[in-house]
Amino acid sequence: MARIAGIDIPKNKRGEIGLTYIFGIGRSNAQKILDLAGVDRNKKVQDWDDDEQNKIRTIINDNFKIEGALRSEVQMNIKRLMDIGCYRGIRHRLGLPVRGQSTKNNARTRKGRKKTVANKKKATKG
Amino acid sequence: MSRSLKKGPYIHYKLEKKVMELLESKKKTVVKTWSRGSMISPDFVGQTIAVHNGNKFIPVYITENMVGHKLGEFAPTRIFRGHAGNKDKGKK
Repeated sequence: MARIAGIDIPKNKRGEIGLTYIFGIGRSNAQKILDLAGVDRNKKVQDWDDDEQNKIRTIINDNFKIEGALRSEVQMNIKRLMDIGCYRGIRHRLGLPVRGQSTKNNARTRKGRKKTVANKKKATKG
Repeated sequence: MSRSLKKGPYIHYKLEKKVMELLESKKKTVVKTWSRGSMISPDFVGQTIAVHNGNKFIPVYITENMVGHKLGEFAPTRIFRGHAGNKDKGKK
């Protein structure tokens, strides 16, 4: 078991996969980190020795923005859009899709669960 | 696909000229424009530009954060007033 970047404890997975449990590190970043540290990508996280762990830790610390810092950066970017009152900011405020998707149907990820409207007229055929 | 860097940002030449004149004269007047696709350049900061939304001109005060966005992003072309039968109609 290894603690990297504060809270993350990925365990009996391959290093390449285990690192992706950290917010801000996906497959390609995980591969880069392991190659830089000179650790075999396929080595299980539990088999890392302290030396390797420390190497990985320093590489992440120096080169990557992860977890809280990354989350707050994303939030700041969204807040900036909302503050300047541009179209994308307005869409964020309304909780609607930002990138021009259709909202006649679907768009449920942004809009949330369906709100049923009572007595809504059904489109009649012919 | 993003615009080629070689060309530089798109700013309608007449709009650019007008803003430059405005900067030189140090007056605070509003420049009207239909050019919604023009990029906001750092020179525009502190000016008010009236951007056409298809119906009327929406005055937009340019702040530093807006640099790099386009003028049209700040003048919405559609107004959604809520669905028919919604109790809080017209709420913004």
